Amino acid sequence: MDIYGWLQLAAFIGLLLFLTKPMGLYLLRVLDGEGRTFLDPVLKPVELLFYRIFRVDRKQEQDWKQYTISLLMFSLIGLLFTYLILRLQHLLPLNPQGLGPLSPDLAFNTAASFTTNTNWQSYGGESTLSYFSQMVGLAFHNFVSAAVGIAIAAALVRGIARHTAKTIGHFWVDLVRVNLYLLFPICLIYALFLVSQGMIQNFKAYETAKVVEPYTVQVVKKDTTGQEMKDAQGKAVMEEHKIDTQTIAQGPMASQVAIKMLGTNGGGFVNANAAHPYENPTPLSNFIQMLSIFLIPSGLTYYLGRMVKNRRHGWAIWGAMAVLFLAGVLICWSAESAGNPHLTALGIDRAGGNMEGKEVRFGIFNSALFATVTTDASCGAVNAMHDSFTPLGGLVPLTNIQLGEVVFGGVGAGLYGMLVFVILTVFLAGLMVGRTPEYLGNKIEAYDVKVSVLAVLVLCFSILGFAAWSAVRPWGLAGLNNMGPHGLSELLYAYSSAVGNNGSAFAGLNANTPWLNTTLGIAMLCGRFLFIVPVLALAGNLARKKLVPESAGSFPVSGLTFIVLLVGTVVIVGALTFFPALAMGPVVEHFIMTGSGKLF
Amino acid sequence: MAAKKLSLFDQHIIVQALGASFQKLHPVTMMGNPVMFVTEVGAMITTIGLFFKTPGESIGFGFQVAIWLWFTVFFANFAEAMAEGRGKAQADALRKTRTHTIANRTLASGATEQVPAEMLRKGDVVIISAGEPIPADGDVIEGVASVDESAITGESAPVIRESGGDRSAVTGGTRVLSDQIKVMVTANPGESFMDRMISLVEGAQRQKTPNEIALIILLSALTIIFLVVILTLKCFGLYSGISFTITVLAALLVCLIPTTIGGLLSAIGIAGIDRLVQKNVLAMSGRAVEAAGDIDVLLLDKTGTITLGNRQATEFIPAPGLTTEELADAAQLASLADETPEGRSIVVLAKQYGLRGRSIADMPRADFINFTAHTRMSGVDIDGRQIRKGAPDAVKNFIGRDFPRPVAEAVEIVSRSGGTSLVVAEKDRVLGVIHLKDIVKGGLKDRFTRFRAMGIKTVMITGDNKLTAEAIAKEAGMDDYLAEARPEDKLALIRKEQAAGHLVAMTGDGTNDAPALAQADVGVAMNTGTQAAKEAGNMVDLDSNPTKLIEIVEIGKQMLITRGALTTFSIANDVAKYFAIIPAMLISLFPEIAPLNIMGLRSPQSAILSAVVFNAVIIVLLIPLALRGVKFRPLSAASLLRRNLLIYGLGGLVAPFVGIKLIDMLMGILPWR
Repeated sequence: MDIYGWLQLAAFIGLLLFLTKPMGLYLLRVLDGEGRTFLDPVLKPVELLFYRIFRVDRKQEQDWKQYTISLLMFSLIGLLFTYLILRLQHLLPLNPQGLGPLSPDLAFNTAASFTTNTNWQSYGGESTLSYFSQMVGLAFHNFVSAAVGIAIAAALVRGIARHTAKTIGHFWVDLVRVNLYLLFPICLIYALFLVSQGMIQNFKAYETAKVVEPYTVQVVKKDTTGQEMKDAQGKAVMEEHKIDTQTIAQGPMASQVAIKMLGTNGGGFVNANAAHPYENPTPLSNFIQMLSIFLIPSGLTYYLGRMVKNRRHGWAIWGAMAVLFLAGVLICWSAESAGNPHLTALGIDRAGGNMEGKEVRFGIFNSALFATVTTDASCGAVNAMHDSFTPLGGLVPLTNIQLGEVVFGGVGAGLYGMLVFVILTVFLAGLMVGRTPEYLGNKIEAYDVKVSVLAVLVLCFSILGFAAWSAVRPWGLAGLNNMGPHGLSELLYAYSSAVGNNGSAFAGLNANTPWLNTTLGIAMLCGRFLFIVPVLALAGNLARKKLVPESAGSFPVSGLTFIVLLVGTVVIVGALTFFPALAMGPVVEHFIMTGSGKLF
Repeated sequence: MAAKKLSLFDQHIIVQALGASFQKLHPVTMMGNPVMFVTEVGAMITTIGLFFKTPGESIGFGFQVAIWLWFTVFFANFAEAMAEGRGKAQADALRKTRTHTIANRTLASGATEQVPAEMLRKGDVVIISAGEPIPADGDVIEGVASVDESAITGESAPVIRESGGDRSAVTGGTRVLSDQIKVMVTANPGESFMDRMISLVEGAQRQKTPNEIALIILLSALTIIFLVVILTLKCFGLYSGISFTITVLAALLVCLIPTTIGGLLSAIGIAGIDRLVQKNVLAMSGRAVEAAGDIDVLLLDKTGTITLGNRQATEFIPAPGLTTEELADAAQLASLADETPEGRSIVVLAKQYGLRGRSIADMPRADFINFTAHTRMSGVDIDGRQIRKGAPDAVKNFIGRDFPRPVAEAVEIVSRSGGTSLVVAEKDRVLGVIHLKDIVKGGLKDRFTRFRAMGIKTVMITGDNKLTAEAIAKEAGMDDYLAEARPEDKLALIRKEQAAGHLVAMTGDGTNDAPALAQADVGVAMNTGTQAAKEAGNMVDLDSNPTKLIEIVEIGKQMLITRGALTTFSIANDVAKYFAIIPAMLISLFPEIAPLNIMGLRSPQSAILSAVVFNAVIIVLLIPLALRGVKFRPLSAASLLRRNLLIYGLGGLVAPFVGIKLIDMLMGILPWR
C-alpha cells in the first residue's frame, strides 16, 4: 500500500466529490420534463420530434402502474429486438469476419444481459459478435437500460418528494430526455477523449500480426472428419501446434466503451474488457473510466437532496456510500498487497503482492480500485481477473454485489437500491425516537415495508436459490474450473453478478452452457424487473402520502448518526443474508490459505 | 382499581402466566406470530429428529437443542402471558365491583318494576335511591345526587351528578350515596363502560396496531430470508461435502430469526396500554396509544390544565388621591358575600393591608348585592355607601361617565399583562382597580420547553380575549394560543393542524367538545364529562385531570421506543450468533477455520448450544424491560436516536458475544455435561 496508491485514492474521491454537485444540478434539469438545458437550442426539436412520432403526451404524467407497464413493455420489446439481431447476425450487415448466428440460449442470455444493464458476457466479444450486433443490438441497450435505471431512480425520488400526488413522472419523457440530454452528449465527448488516449474506432477487418516470439502448444489431434482422435486407452492424442501469428481485433470501440462506463453497463468490446490495451490504453484512461462509472450515481445523490429539499440528506447518502466504498477499496487493496503467503515464502513477487491475473500496466492498487468501483456500481467492466484475487480480495467484489450494489451503484439502480435500504433503516430504527417511523415527511407504513422487503427478498431468493441449486446439480458443477471453496465462490459470484445486474465474472466459470446461459438469463431478469416493480410501487405509494411536517421530533436523516445507521443496516442486512454462504467460499478459503498449505 | 400498582413480578400473575404459556403452545394460536411459529416448527422437527439416529451427533446434544428451542417458544409465550396477566388482574378487580343488581325500571304508566340489571336496554329509565348501586351507564334526566365512583377512579371523595349540563353521566357499578336520581340507560348489557374497560385491560379485544402490523411484516420477511439462507446452506454444505444435520440447521435458523422482538412484541403493546391504566387512563384501542406517541400538537385548555382554574387578586391599584388601604377596605366590603374564588381571593389579599377580618354577621344592616349576568357587578349597600365591583364597562355604566385617565391606564396595563381588571366604585366615584391574575401551574414551563425539544407544539385554548390569552400562553411557555375559542373554533383548529399533517391531542368533557374529541387523533375525555364526550374520545381519564395529556404522550412515545429498541437489539444480536455457529458447523471439514471462532468457544456442540441458550434466555431477561418500557427521556429525536442506538444497537452487537461466551464457560464447569 504505497503512497502513489493513497494519492490516487485521494484524487479519485476528491474529484468525485467535486463533480457531484454540478452533475446533480444538471440532472435536476434533465429529469424535470420542463427543465431547460444549454443544449435546448439543438436538442429540443429532436425531443419534440420523438414525442410526435411515438404520440407521447408529455404533459400527461403517469401513475406508478402506467409507469411500470410502459417500462416493462419497452424492455420486453428491446429484449426481443436484440434476441432477433443476435439470431440473425449472419444475415445482417457490418460483419467483416463472417461470424455466424448465436445459439438460442446464448442469444437469450445476451439479450437479457443487455436489457437488464447487466452486460454479463457468456461470449467473447471479438470472436462472436459482428460490429452490427455490437453497435445496434447491444449499444442500443447500453444507452436505454442506463436511462431506464435513471428514470426509475427519478420516479422514486419524485415519490418521496411529492405528497398527496397520484403521478410519479412520465416514463417516455424520462427515457427520451436522459438519453438525449445526458448520455449522448457526454458520451460524444468521452469517446473522443478515449480515442485521444489511443483507443480504436474503426470498421476494419481484424489484423493479423507476426508474434515476436513464436511458441508451441499441445492440442488434441483431429482426424480428417474433424473428430478428436483417441488412443487405445481412450486418451486424446496430442500434437504440437506452432503459433507464430496472432489476430488483433478491430472495431468501433471508443463509442462503445464510453457508454459502457458512463451507463455502468460494463460489457467489454473485447473479451479481456478493460485489461485490453485497446480498451484501456493509458493510466489516464483507466482513471477516467473508473471515475465515469461513479459520475452519474454520485450526482444522483445530490439530485435527491435537492428534490426532497434536504441537501444534507443527499450528502448523508453520499457519505454512507463513500464509507462503504473506502472500506471495500482498503480491504481489497491490502489483501492484494499482502499477496499469497505461500508464494511470498517461495520468494516470488515479494514486493508486488498478488500479481496473478493482473495487468502489469495497472498493478495492485489500480486493479483493486477498479474491482471495487466496478462492483460497487453495477458496472462489471474489469481490468483484472477477479478469480485470481486473494480470497479476501475477491470477497470484496462479491460482497459489494451481494449488498445490492448500493455503493453509488448502477446508474439509478444504485440510488433506488440504497433508498430501499434507507426505508428499511428508518423503519427499523425510527421507532427509537418515539414516533412511528417517518422518512422525509412520509409515514412509513405496512405497505411501504411490504414492497421494500419484497425487493430485498427477490435478491436473496434469486442469488442464493440459483447458486444453491447449481451447487448440487451436475450441470451447475460442469462449468467450474475449480472445486472446493473457490469453486463455490465462482458459482456464487456468477449468480450474484447476474441477479445484481453487475455482469462481471469471477471468470473461473465457463458459463456458455445451455443450462447456465438460461438460468443466468432468468436470474438477470429477476434481479432487474422483480426488483423494479416493488420499487415503483413504493414510489407510487410514497407520492400518495400526506406530508408529515418536519420538526425536532422527526427522525434525523442526515448527520453522522444516520450515516452510521445506514451503513450498519446495509452491512448487517447484507451480511446476515450471505455470511453463511460466504463463510463456505472465500472466508474458509482465506483461512485455509493462511492456516495451511492448501491452495485452490 | 387502577390506582393499585402491581409489582412487576406478582407471584399470582407469574403462576397464572406459566399455565397460559403452555396453552399458547397450540400451533393454531402460534400462527398469529410468524416468527415464533417458525421457532415452534423448528422445535417440533428437532424433537421428532430425536427418534431417528443422526450419524455423528450424540442424542444428548439433539435433546438439549430441542429442549432449548421449546424453551424459546415457551419464554415468548410467557412474556405475552405476563403482560396479559397484569391486565387480567386489574380486570378481575373491576369485575368484583359488579354484583348482581336489581334495577327499578319505570314503566310508561309511571309505575316501577324490579328487573335484573342485565335486562336493561338502551332507553330504559331507572330510578336509583341513596345507597343503591347504579345498574347501568346512563344520563341523569332528573335530580341530583352524590355518587361514589371509587370503583372506577379509585378516588374516594364522592362526586356530584345532576341532570342537564356536563355532569350528567353516571357509570354502571358506581353507587349513589345521597338523594334520588332518575337515569336514562345509554348502554346495552355487555357494551357498558365497565364492560369495555374490562375487555380492554384484559386485552381480549386487542387488535394489532398499524405499526405492529408493519413490523410483523418485516419480521416475517426476515424469517423467510433466513429460511432461504438455511435451506441453501444445506445445499452449499452438500457441495462442500458436509451434511449439516437437521438439529444444527434448526438451531441456526432459530438463532437467526428475530425471536427476541418476535417474542416480546405483543407484550410491549399490552404493557403500553397497561401503563396507561396505571395512570388511570383507559385507551379504547392500542392504536390510540400508538397515535399518542406521534402527537405533535397538544391542545390544552387553559383553565384547570395550565392555570389553577381560578383567577386570584394579586394587586390593588388605587385611583389618584386614594391610598391602597382605602381601596382594599372598599374592595373587601364589596366582596364579603362573594363566594366565588375570585371574591375570596380579594378578601384574603385585603387582609395583607392590615385590615381585620370582617364577617357578614357583624353587619346586619348591610345589603349585599349579588352578581347577576345582567348587571355583571356585585357589591354592598351599607351605611349609605354604595360600593360596587365589576367588569370595567359595567362599572362605567354604573357611574355614568368615563374613568379618570390614570384608572383607564391601569385597566389597560392589567389586561395587557394577561390579567383581568375589576374596577371598584362608590356611587359615581372610581376607587381603583383590582388586578385579577391567572396563576400558572408550577413546572409547566420546563415541561413545555422539553416538549418543544421533542418537536411537540403546545397550543392553549381559552375563552379569554387575545391579550389575556397571549400573556398567559407566554407565561406558561406555550407555542401558540387560541383566544375567544368556541367549540367550533377548536374543531376548525384541529382540522387545520391535521390538514398540515400534524397529529393533534386534546382533552374535553362537555357535550359540545364531542366533535373536536372525535376529530382529534388522541381525544381524552374526562371521566366527569358527559357520555357524549366519552363516546367521542378514544381515551378516558378517570381522574379527570387534563394535565395528564402530557403523560399520555410520554407513555405512547415510551412504548414506541421500547419496540424500536428491542427490534434493533434483536437484529444486532445475529452477528455474534453467526460467529458462534458458523465456525462450529464448518470446523469438522475445514479445521483451518478455527480463527473465526473468535469467542474461543470450547467445542462445536457447546458453541451451538450456547447460542441457542442465549437466544432463549435473553427473552426472559428482557421481559421486565418490555413490560416496564425503556426509560423515557424528553430529548430531541437526534439525541434520542444517538442514545438508544448506542445502548440497544451497540449493546445488541456486544451483549451476545459476552453472553454466549459466559454460557459456554458455564457449561464447561457444570458437572453433568
